[in-house]
Amino acid sequence: MKNCEYQQIDPQALATPTPTPPPLPCPEKKTKRPRRKWEVFPGKNRFYCDGRIIVARQSGVLPLTLGLILVTSGLFFIFDCPFLVQHLASCIPAIGGVLFVFVIISLLQTSFTDPGILPRATPDEAADIEKQIDNPGSSSSYRPPPRTKEVLINQQVVKLKYCFTCKIFRPPRTSHCSLCDNCVERFDHHCPWVGNCVGKRNYRFFYTFIVSLSFLTAFIFGCVTTHLALRSQGGNGLVFALQASPASAVELVVCFFSVWSILGLSGFHTYLVAANLTTNEDIKGSWSGKSGSEETGNPYSYNNIFKNCCAVLCGPMPPSLIDRRGFVPSDDSAQTVPTEIALPAAKNDINMCTQGTKDLLETATRSPLLSSTCPQGKPQTAIPFPEARADPEPSAAPAPAPVPTPAPVRGGHRASGSSDRPRSGRSGKGKRSSSHNRNHAYTATSPPGSPNPRRGHRHHRSQKFTSLH
Amino acid sequence: MAETHSLQDLRQQATIASKVFIQRDYSSGTICKFQTKFPAELETRIDKQQFEETIQTLNNLYAEAEKLGGKSYLEGCLACLTAYTIFLCMETHYEKVLKKIAKYIQEQNEKVYAPLGLLLTDPIERGLRVVEITIFEDRSLGSR
Repeated sequence: MKNCEYQQIDPQALATPTPTPPPLPCPEKKTKRPRRKWEVFPGKNRFYCDGRIIVARQSGVLPLTLGLILVTSGLFFIFDCPFLVQHLASCIPAIGGVLFVFVIISLLQTSFTDPGILPRATPDEAADIEKQIDNPGSSSSYRPPPRTKEVLINQQVVKLKYCFTCKIFRPPRTSHCSLCDNCVERFDHHCPWVGNCVGKRNYRFFYTFIVSLSFLTAFIFGCVTTHLALRSQGGNGLVFALQASPASAVELVVCFFSVWSILGLSGFHTYLVAANLTTNEDIKGSWSGKSGSEETGNPYSYNNIFKNCCAVLCGPMPPSLIDRRGFVPSDDSAQTVPTEIALPAAKNDINMCTQGTKDLLETATRSPLLSSTCPQGKPQTAIPFPEARADPEPSAAPAPAPVPTPAPVRGGHRASGSSDRPRSGRSGKGKRSSSHNRNHAYTATSPPGSPNPRRGHRHHRSQKFTSLH
Repeated sequence: MAETHSLQDLRQQATIASKVFIQRDYSSGTICKFQTKFPAELETRIDKQQFEETIQTLNNLYAEAEKLGGKSYLEGCLACLTAYTIFLCMETHYEKVLKKIAKYIQEQNEKVYAPLGLLLTDPIERGLRVVEITIFEDRSLGSR
């Protein structure tokens, strides 16, 4: 009888119930769309076209800028060009067209390009830096005094500040933009007209934009003035001319006010380019020698106007460091974390019971969490998987917890070393929802070890990474 | 076999003992350059010269990527004339060198670092902030 019973319950039937209650983790993870890094980006940026386009959170007055340019140029081409082609020269629309194209393209590039955002430190890096600093008060809620590091650049002492948000020592000329919540390399300023920060990667686009815009506004202003002058010839008067072409009045007003400001801005930035300075440095007077000492000079300048211009505008185009379109490997770590216990072939799902229990716990605690999202500033499709798991881990810890860790745990840092990559997104989120403790609890209880597919995944990623944007 | 590991073995079986981060060296300005100072944690694992050679080669490669020379100026000017639209079609010089760097790191990992139970992470994956060296536990040799 017993034998019959055993025979009736065949191993496959026995095996299937265990995975079926939580079929969601395993097959769902496989069928779950791999998420791109832009979806878990911790800064306050918005992404379009699946990560190809990046803008600041607030678009500022970019629509206004675009609108003004399009409307003014449109009016120019429709109302002024026909008259001018007839009475002056036929190349006027062509010149206007070229300038207009330059303006629009450079504006869009300035707005939609990554300005040189520095990705935030991974938890391991942050922990490593903490170790090197005097007061290791990492999990305390109050801010310790600003941490600085001094570096000698071209015989000049430069102070590198520690960024509490990004958990890195900012490289020289890098500044943290509070609007975008990112550290940006060679930070110039955050331009509301363009709706983005201006930094290392898009400064040349910005400069091209303002220079071509100043040419365009000056050109339109000149053409409109000529148009009105020609119309008011022959004793007709200016009023008649304005009545005949009211659009020109609109253009005149817009261009008159724009020309001065844009020309001024272009001139200012030409000076900055020639001196290899940023707006940020100029405003703060970092190198103007306000301390009175004559030794302070710009250590980054080549002391040659031509070389400075070439370096800033024609230098090599650095790559985007944030790899928006790369894939987040966090799904793999979430899957492999339960298998990292010192069970020999756990990852092969042979030991169904342990796997099943863990998965059960996962699903049981995961589903209510999907509705309780961390307050996110940007539209995201779903919480990253491990984030949802981060909550239940402390409660689920007792079950998988007794892990014979092969190596000693060094103050909790070592545990966080097991899955550094996915945590980079998670730790940013953990910070934003101000739950440091939760994150740390997660890192402390997750079993350390090297998840196998993740390593392989990282290898693949490193190859994928090089073909950036 | 007890002492040497292949890269695949490392990734599949070994557990991480610790990570070492080689920070950036800003003494020459904002160019990408890493410190060649030999970290204490690697003393028992790898030869100092080998390590310094790797870092120095990386530094040279990054210097090549960021070099201001005729070629980069030409690329820059051409880009400016085409309103930077060529960046959408062409791979920049920097990106080409990054590929070279990735290949070099993989090669170093396979030949030098993995057999010693170490793994170099391409700095581009860490935003060019650090060179991350993962030290794997050498189980076969017992606890170190």
